[in-house]
Amino acid sequence: MRVLVIEDDKETAQFLQKSLKENGHTADLAGDGESGLALAMDGAYDVLIIDRMLPRLDGLSVIKSLRAQGNRTPVLILSALGEVDDRVKGLRAGGDDYLTKPYSYSELLARVEALGRRTVPEEQQTRYTVGDLVLDRLSHRVTRGGDHILLQPREYRLLEYLMQHAGQVVTRTMLLEHVWDYHFDPQTNVIDVHVSRLRAKIDKNFDKPLLHTVRGAGYTIRDGPA
Amino acid sequence: MTALLERVAKAASTTAFGLSAAAVAFFLFVAAIVVGFLFWQTNNLLTDQVLSTLNAEARILSSEMNVGGRAKLTQTVTALSHPQGTGLYYLADRSGAKIAGNLNRIPPELDGAPRGGVFSYQPSTAGSGATHLAVAIPVDLGSDLHLIVGRDIEDQRVFADSIRRIFLLGFGLLSVAGLLGGLAVSRLILNRMDEITATSRSIMEGDLSRRIPMAGKGGELDALAENLNEMLDRIEGLMSGLREVSDNIAHDLKTPLNRLRNAAEAALRDPRGAEAYREGLERTIEKADELIKTFNALLLIARLEAGPLEESVETFDLGRFVEDVAELYTPAAEEAGFVLSIEVEQGVRVRANRQLIGQAVANLIDNAIKYSRAGEAGNAITVRVFRLGEGAAFSVGDRGPGIAPGDRERALKRFVRLEASRTKPGTGLGLSLVAAVARLHHGEVRLEDNQPGLKVVVTLSGKCLVPACETAGDARVSLAAQ
Repeated sequence: MRVLVIEDDKETAQFLQKSLKENGHTADLAGDGESGLALAMDGAYDVLIIDRMLPRLDGLSVIKSLRAQGNRTPVLILSALGEVDDRVKGLRAGGDDYLTKPYSYSELLARVEALGRRTVPEEQQTRYTVGDLVLDRLSHRVTRGGDHILLQPREYRLLEYLMQHAGQVVTRTMLLEHVWDYHFDPQTNVIDVHVSRLRAKIDKNFDKPLLHTVRGAGYTIRDGPA
Repeated sequence: MTALLERVAKAASTTAFGLSAAAVAFFLFVAAIVVGFLFWQTNNLLTDQVLSTLNAEARILSSEMNVGGRAKLTQTVTALSHPQGTGLYYLADRSGAKIAGNLNRIPPELDGAPRGGVFSYQPSTAGSGATHLAVAIPVDLGSDLHLIVGRDIEDQRVFADSIRRIFLLGFGLLSVAGLLGGLAVSRLILNRMDEITATSRSIMEGDLSRRIPMAGKGGELDALAENLNEMLDRIEGLMSGLREVSDNIAHDLKTPLNRLRNAAEAALRDPRGAEAYREGLERTIEKADELIKTFNALLLIARLEAGPLEESVETFDLGRFVEDVAELYTPAAEEAGFVLSIEVEQGVRVRANRQLIGQAVANLIDNAIKYSRAGEAGNAITVRVFRLGEGAAFSVGDRGPGIAPGDRERALKRFVRLEASRTKPGTGLGLSLVAAVARLHHGEVRLEDNQPGLKVVVTLSGKCLVPACETAGDARVSLAAQ
């Protein structure tokens, strides 16, 4: 995946470049809004990581100019600013996801990978399949090895999101944001209980587990070792 | 004396005085124009009257000349010429020598004035030096005789003079009264301003408890003082909040920071090497995350207290949403041995910040799970949404130890962790965040006795409530309602 990091703090930018490289991505750096905008317009990037506060041209203006010129590259906004309004403003300007500093790298990586995959039109897909687990989005039926699995609506949405990102790490915050549409800190690990209930339904009576916990990061659903 | 002068000078230099002086000057200017115009008009009218009388007389005298000739005219003029009368006459022959009349000579002002005019003369009866004003016109009697017919208008002049004097005096009085009034008004305002200035100065010097005294008459200045006082209350509240927070930050963040440092140090000293380092680093990250959480909560509270967040206000069904959030916690509560029950009044639509309301509900349920004893009898946690007066409210009640009435207010403050809860994990910011969210929605947080246990009620003001008629078209079915 080709990633462009527009971030004025050298140390953060280099940390991101190095870490993304370790995970098999290539990252270019831009130190200010103007050069970042120029690079983003020229290069074919899969994901843009844009800091909100940048010299010369602030992050939101960079995103607005990109969108105004028809560039639809997914954007992850990084911000040291508080939550609530700033997140709304960021998304309204054309950002696709929003992460508040300080963030953990695993959170950032999971979001970048999820955004990069979004360029494939997954939304129209009517069936998700992982191993012998099948989720039919038209009939809302979930089967594993042909057996019908009865899920609560929320469990269905949880599984749908996980399967949409099959093979990728999905963090607890991402689940909270996309499955529940909550953008606040739940204080305790409420997500884990929901995931373990889902796991009991889809993995318990089968030899091969599909839903894996990724230590220090989140969850992933995949046919194969975690 | 100099002190008084100084005060007057100060009052005179104020805006209030300047404005009233300008108002007085403008009034006088307009009044002068009006009075001047009236005066001029009246004078003209009187003069016109005199002139028409003179013209009539001139016609009679010239017809007399036509009928009776020079002798008859001379006789008439002589008869008319009373020494004390107001009628003035001068009849002369071709050479200019006087034939009859009570004027001694042709007034020099009338030379070269074929249609007559105003002149002054010395009447024979008046004392020496006294002159009277008069109007006269020449009468056309052919080339042989010169006749001038006039009228003494001294009375009119005296009248006009006295009117003029009265007006000047009146204007003088008005200006003086106006200026004195202006001075008095500006003195009054200046006194109040001085009070406000003195108060703000002592506030600037650090005495935040000072307030502007009010006259109690409910005027604009009182309204201003009241507003300023309210602003000062708010500033003082914010300042003391800030001071408290910085004290608490120093105190409460030092401990986790120290623990973080200890963990790193212990890992470094551990003889097991790489494995210990890994464990140590993991613990360090964990502790750093906790610190970050605390900072985030602090920043969020600060942001909420700074003012409204218009961008992210949404309209939603409060009952359905709170139910939804509670549902998120149901499995976790069950695992911890609680029974989470939800009682929701239908159709309470609000215009509020959904994410913040969610955060508040989450904090309250999390607190209830954390601080009440699970597994015992009465391990129920009840979440309610209901209408309250003009507004709406939601509450979370538990059957835990509760909070003593004396501690309730303190528990809402930042970083305050009551003794009972010090050993439990948490930032100590949960309830104060809830309070900040309530304040943002013009509501409040009340800690009540749940008999037994603690019930936290969060009210939202009626301003947040959306009238029921707007909800008619909303037929969305909640996915979460289970």
